[in-house]
Amino acid sequence: MSDRNRSFHLSRRQVMRGLLATSAFGLTAKLGTGCAQSPGSGGGAAADGGAAEELVVGFIYVGPKDDFGYNQAHAEGAAAMAASVPGIRLVEEASVPETTAVAETMRSMIEIDGAKVLFPTSFGYFDPHILALAEEFPEVQFFHAGGLYQDGVHPKNVGSYFGYIDEAQYVAGVVAATMSQSGKLGFVAAKPIPQLLRNVNSFTLGARSVNPAATTQVIFTGEWAEPVKEAEATNSMADQGIEVITCHVDSPKVVMETAERRGVMTSGYHANQSSLAPQGYLTGAEWDWSSIYTALGQDFVDGKTLMTGGIPHILRGGLADNFCKLSPYGPAVSDEAKAAGDAALAAIESGELVIYAGPLQTNTGSEILPAGKELKTDNVELEKMDYFVEGVIGSIS
Amino acid sequence: MQLTAIWRRFTRQSLRASLESIALPAGAVLAALMIFGVFCALAGANPLAVYGSIYRAAFGSWSAWQNTLIRASPLMLTALCTALPARLGLVIIGNEGALVVGGLAAVSVGLGLGGSLPGGLVLLAMALGSLVAGGLWIMVAGALRHYRGVNETISSLLLNYIAIALLNHLVQGPMRDPAFVSKPSSFEIDPSAWLGTLPATRVHWGLIYGLVASVLAYVLIQRTTFGFAARTAGGNVRAARIAGLPVGKLTLAVCFLAGSCAGLAGMVEVAAVQKRLNESIVSNYGYAGILVAFVARHNPLATVLVSVLLGGILASGGILQRSHNLPDATVLVFQGIVFLCVLYSESLYGRFPIFQEREVQTEGAAVAG
Amino acid sequence: MATEALGWWGVPLGILAGTLRGSVPFLLVSLGECLTEKSGKINLGLEGTLLIGAMSAYAISYLSSGIVGPTLAPWLGVLAAGLAGMGLGAIHGWLSQQPRVNDVAVGIAMIIFGGGLANFFGKPFIQPQAPQLPTLPAGGWSSLPQVQSALQVSPLFLLGVAIVPLMSWFFKSTRWGLYVRAVGDSPDAARAMGISIFWVRMAAIVGGSFLAGIGGASLSLFYPGVWTERISSGQGLMAVALVIFARWQPWQCLWASLLFGGAQALGPAFQSVGIDSYYYLFNAAPYILTLVIMIITCSPKRTLAGAPGALGKDS
Repeated sequence: MSDRNRSFHLSRRQVMRGLLATSAFGLTAKLGTGCAQSPGSGGGAAADGGAAEELVVGFIYVGPKDDFGYNQAHAEGAAAMAASVPGIRLVEEASVPETTAVAETMRSMIEIDGAKVLFPTSFGYFDPHILALAEEFPEVQFFHAGGLYQDGVHPKNVGSYFGYIDEAQYVAGVVAATMSQSGKLGFVAAKPIPQLLRNVNSFTLGARSVNPAATTQVIFTGEWAEPVKEAEATNSMADQGIEVITCHVDSPKVVMETAERRGVMTSGYHANQSSLAPQGYLTGAEWDWSSIYTALGQDFVDGKTLMTGGIPHILRGGLADNFCKLSPYGPAVSDEAKAAGDAALAAIESGELVIYAGPLQTNTGSEILPAGKELKTDNVELEKMDYFVEGVIGSIS
Repeated sequence: MQLTAIWRRFTRQSLRASLESIALPAGAVLAALMIFGVFCALAGANPLAVYGSIYRAAFGSWSAWQNTLIRASPLMLTALCTALPARLGLVIIGNEGALVVGGLAAVSVGLGLGGSLPGGLVLLAMALGSLVAGGLWIMVAGALRHYRGVNETISSLLLNYIAIALLNHLVQGPMRDPAFVSKPSSFEIDPSAWLGTLPATRVHWGLIYGLVASVLAYVLIQRTTFGFAARTAGGNVRAARIAGLPVGKLTLAVCFLAGSCAGLAGMVEVAAVQKRLNESIVSNYGYAGILVAFVARHNPLATVLVSVLLGGILASGGILQRSHNLPDATVLVFQGIVFLCVLYSESLYGRFPIFQEREVQTEGAAVAG
Repeated sequence: MATEALGWWGVPLGILAGTLRGSVPFLLVSLGECLTEKSGKINLGLEGTLLIGAMSAYAISYLSSGIVGPTLAPWLGVLAAGLAGMGLGAIHGWLSQQPRVNDVAVGIAMIIFGGGLANFFGKPFIQPQAPQLPTLPAGGWSSLPQVQSALQVSPLFLLGVAIVPLMSWFFKSTRWGLYVRAVGDSPDAARAMGISIFWVRMAAIVGGSFLAGIGGASLSLFYPGVWTERISSGQGLMAVALVIFARWQPWQCLWASLLFGGAQALGPAFQSVGIDSYYYLFNAAPYILTLVIMIITCSPKRTLAGAPGALGKDS
């Protein structure tokens, strides 16, 4: 009995010794931190002093910046800005939720990193987070991807930039409908926000411009990134005999690969996914953030700001302005479809083709535009879209 | 001797035992920092510089402290949702769901009353709505446990998914504000009913809600007959029944209180942060709260400290990416290591002689002799 | 012609196909959890195990395909997923058996830790394409391409189905199965029998995590066949509920997994034929169903038939 006690005691003592050793190590580690910290921050100050003109630009992403989709497209654009505009230093933070977390990240980029320009890239960051921070830091410029800026309502140091990627979707719709024999197209969608509805509608209108009987089946997955549901949606479209599938989700990889496996043609989104679907990839609507970000970066180092009016508060552009582009045609695309696509592209770039032109009806039969009326691409009405046009199979609520 | 006597009277615990319950978690956090340092070194970052950055981003300045406190305040409330039922021996993990229905109720009340009443009254009504909704939500799990014998851990987990589905359905359909384009959301609550920030800070009133709720919970559990009954029932249900304790009523009441705390967190999230209802209120505060409760050993005052610790870790997540070029998942690894180490330290209580009471030891020796 | 529409027939076909595709991770994870819970411990951390399994399988399949060729590489990936799962399982098994340490809490910490590790090391593998596991065409009898591609059966599904009778036999008729049940039902009796509770539980948890890791491999190498950080979307946690739904019976795990896998296809399949409201509620169907069945089948008078006696109690 006493023997057992003693051995137990011994082991406790050993544990104690171990603990003491670890805490001593912890202490030295902490001391070490104290020592290492001051030269570190001194070095930082020296670096700041050395490059006095260096402008810090912060980018914030809602998901991982290597998601092969929405966030990666922005991150690559940011990298292009930093690479091609001298005097810009990039700070980035990924996987920042649309809560107080993003407000704190913006603040920390301003206060700790000295950021003068911020690009919080997720749609949902704008209201209330960007607006609140912009009031508090009037000397910092906030650029938001989404086109939600309202003159006179929102702070002067907020700008929004917005690509009319639905123009590219229109052309993709033209190509898809020309390639399809039945005119049955599919769209895997995340959530019914106006930007997404506009992509669906423009894709459908493009398709119906070459085949008036064409339809677009929409399936909502309910989440921006939910791979199993996206694959399931793609499969059920394939079961329904749909011939071309496109999507608007954060990362289109699953949709493209699943459709390719089912022998269904695809049209990409966000970036060029032709390598994922070498057989069935027709074309795709791609962002071209590099050109926008590089141009803005040049403006920053030239000293232009939103507050002085050097940079417009609303930057918008479509295919003609290099805000977006089309993926090169895949090998499956016929000459006829290429010709139709090229013609639509040329007509949009020249401005002679207006996508939303009357007579136009919703898929529930109410009128959007009477004959003779039209909504040009830059009309803000289109940014509040809450309907599907005729030819779309699906409903929003 | 005098000091220890006063301490014991105040905390109902010996000084050494109190020291133990501080030293062990602190030692565990230090050990976690060291393991994480090795991880950082392997990932190509200088661990010492990483420690420095974490400290600066979480606790290095008043601004950093505010960042930490903002992130900690919802956790204080959601942690109580697990900590209170734990006293009854129930493992509830429905915090996220209770938070969601709390937010849902708060927004419904807020939109219903709109600007018709003074802001303070609307806020009060919203808080009450969230307390009742969150409370009833977790009470379902408690009732199923008591009356049907359904495992409360699993039922409360399922209730999370159901609550989130309900939220998404409502904000996308019946409750949707069509003019708000960035994400499917309800209409905005009237600005008079927004929850502001504490004077001279950017920390919203949710922090005070969290602190008050924690203190109340502590008093309730440790200092009242109700709390004593709950702890007794948690120790041994059969004995409690024989002693005539109303175990069913206790279960329902404790679950209701637990759920109302998480529900209140949902109200704070909509009234102070989002100003409208959307799925952004689902941001893992509930699941983080479960861990906070366990790490704090279900002590409502310790949950405050652990919430601040986790708030600090979350606050330092960004600096790891920006200053050390570590990927966004690093902060998850860090959290995981800290929690695993602190959970391990639970098993070390009573293993170090220095923390044991002298008298107890001599008594033990006397008995053995 | 691939363009023939199925119309309403697409719904049952979609659900059948979704069942075959989507049930694989549920089946493997729930069998793993069944083994773990039979020994008297809960492992909520299988969500993290699923993630690390998916990541390791994809990474190893991608990295090794240049060396061993694209046929063997995915199988190496499956093995790596199982081993990675065992690693996490060993941590859980050791930690959750320390005095006063709660297994639910350790599980949630392991979700964060495992998920964090998977995301940390998985960054370079999101974009590339890794060789996928082959599938067995079970629909060759039909001339409809939809039927053919719906009935692509994964070998991992067959593996899971094969494990079901094996595990059932293991619990009923083997000495080791008896040990696991004894440890799970009444640890005191097991201790009296001279069984090491620690090592039996450790083996059950590590074995269960091996299966869960392979479940992760089925996500990244079979369906949907990619590695992303959102790939598991709660399926590991669901599998824990599923085991209770299945009353800790391997055969019922199979039926329950098929049900849950099929339920995932419900929302998209209904939308594709025009039932397009309430899809969030359709997507929540498995959770509601589980809760309802638990309410119906549980009773306050007795513990659930088949429930390990020591489950949820401190060790």
